[in-house]
Amino acid sequence: MAEVIQVTDLVQGYGKNIVISDINLSVSSGEILGLIGPSGSGKTTLINSIMGMLKPKKGSVTVLGTTMPNRKILARIGFMAQADALYETLTARENLTFFGQMQGMDTKDLPEQIDYATNVVSLNEDLDKHVGDYSGGMKRRLSLAIALVANPDILILDEPTVGIDPELRQQIWQELHRLSQKGKTILLTTHVMDDAEESDSLLMIRNGIAIAQGRPEQLIKEFGVNNIEEVFVKAGRDQDAHTSND
Amino acid sequence: MRTLAMIKRVLQEMLRDKRTLAMMFIAPLLILTLVYFLFQSNNNQTADLAVRHVDSTLVKAVNNDNVKIHHVSSDDSAKQLIRDHDYAAVMTQKGDKLTLTLQNSNQTKSSIIKKSLQAGQVKLKNQATIATLKTQKEAIGKLQQQLTTLTKQAGMQTDAQADMSNQKNNAAKNYSVSTHYIYGDKDTTFFDAFLPIMMGFVVFFFVFLISGIALLRERTTGTLKRLLATPVKRGEIITGYLSGYGIFALVQTLLIVLYSMYVFDIQILGSIWNVLLINVLMAAVALTMGLFISTFAASEFQMMQFIPIVAIPQVFFSGIIPVDQMAGWLQAIGHLMPLYYGANAMSDVVTKGFNITQIWPNILILLLFAAVFLVLNLNAVRRYREV
Ligand SMILES: Nc1ncnc2c1ncn2[C@@H]1O[C@H](COP(=O)(O)OP(=O)(O)O)[C@@H](O)[C@H]1O
Ligand SMILES: [Mg+2]
Repeated sequence: MAEVIQVTDLVQGYGKNIVISDINLSVSSGEILGLIGPSGSGKTTLINSIMGMLKPKKGSVTVLGTTMPNRKILARIGFMAQADALYETLTARENLTFFGQMQGMDTKDLPEQIDYATNVVSLNEDLDKHVGDYSGGMKRRLSLAIALVANPDILILDEPTVGIDPELRQQIWQELHRLSQKGKTILLTTHVMDDAEESDSLLMIRNGIAIAQGRPEQLIKEFGVNNIEEVFVKAGRDQDAHTSND
Repeated sequence: MRTLAMIKRVLQEMLRDKRTLAMMFIAPLLILTLVYFLFQSNNNQTADLAVRHVDSTLVKAVNNDNVKIHHVSSDDSAKQLIRDHDYAAVMTQKGDKLTLTLQNSNQTKSSIIKKSLQAGQVKLKNQATIATLKTQKEAIGKLQQQLTTLTKQAGMQTDAQADMSNQKNNAAKNYSVSTHYIYGDKDTTFFDAFLPIMMGFVVFFFVFLISGIALLRERTTGTLKRLLATPVKRGEIITGYLSGYGIFALVQTLLIVLYSMYVFDIQILGSIWNVLLINVLMAAVALTMGLFISTFAASEFQMMQFIPIVAIPQVFFSGIIPVDQMAGWLQAIGHLMPLYYGANAMSDVVTKGFNITQIWPNILILLLFAAVFLVLNLNAVRRYREV
């Protein structure tokens, strides 16, 4: 199995402030990796490093064998940022068209792909509404549709399920599993334990440090607990015990 | 391809935003109109014009509601006459030569006199043309009449020919005017000199503000960051912005120039293409500068705070106050202002009829400004993505 995303000994921060340190992770083709951690733990920082928006302070990030930052690789990544960044005066269709073109899509593929992407997030009815009139959840869904529209090999999604109701969440997960079976690699962050259980493997991160890593059922067994949430709590306590021993 | 998509998006956003659209297209015209009326308000003054040995037809043509004609015959010098009687101007004729001496302490009066004289000459020329057409028509009528009788009485001398040769008498006298000023010189006219500067400034100001705020909004809403998560090149973003807003700036410029020409009746002595060229360059500098300055603003309000720093001082150095009479260090500051070069070139083209070979140094400097800010912009975007 080819490693699609490889992060080695990554240290990252803003200015002198170190936010994450010694992160190692690899995601192979067709795998869904969930990044779990409380808010402020450094998930977004890690995602932005993988996207090449930030240059590693130490260590390295490679995507599809190419060292990041690299502009051209971005054409193969469908990205959903944590904050919805949409053009509110434009309609959803215009937003999708624009980002599709930016992603380098062929104009003739656009209608079909827009149709597909909006179907996944159930937005087809509201495709020609101005985004300014959208609710928060609808904007979230449009952001996800934008990540999907260019049919990318890799999906990097920062908190994709926030503000999305359970029924639609299931529909989205169904599509993510289908895509991963087709060989697409997916990396997503969440602080919802339900999302964690859907992932193939997990990386738990707390205060910028990886505290547990592995397949969900394997982690539950390893920590001798009943569910992922308890794994996280226990791993957190271990981390605190470890640091106070120092 | 990506640049095209960028341009299209900028246009779409702009067309949806009716208020900004109005600000870009209507506000400049309002400002110019206000300035126009400010300077025109004392236009219902009457200027006293003394005439000496001037053809009565010309005097009649020059006379209008704003001019009061005084016939003088004394041999005093024009200067003396003006001193003694406070005439706005004295006009003397010798043959075809007119000498116009303007008091010029009140520029509005000077411009009334000059405009009236110009209008008078044009009026005479038009009258002459009409008279010529009339005689021609009569002559042709006669010819036709004679042509019909010609078949009966061949070889008759036609007096239509004689009429044709009379036409010369109808042609307007071509007066040559030499103008003298007692105070100041011809550059001390007001609105005419002020308008080209205002035109340049208005284009600069609105393009600066609107493009700056647009990029700022893109930054604060996070779409710029999102955009840089696609394989778009930094250059493509900047080019897209420049072209998109460039199109609006071009339309705005056209609107302002046409408005000035048809509503204010501004006389452009040089080529209108040069006027457009200068305005487009001003817009380019304003665009690149606005985009760059917006990187230092965190909100629209902060962007507005740059206006007194960046935009207003430019007005002082645009030629409203002659820059070459300022203190050395002030002149140096003036030479750092794009509007100084733009307004200079505009005034040269509009009021002096300069052509491109005479204004190219100013053009070149404007290009340089745009190029420098372009490079600065490319580097400013680097903050968001290293490649
Ligand atoms: N642009 C930034 N500049 C400075 N500090 C930042 C920036 N973004 C995030 N941080 C800091 O980095 C830490 C991790 O934030 P983030 O990666 O957003 O966490 P998460 O996504 O897990 O909520 C936080 O303490 C946050 O304050
Ligand atoms: Mg985050």
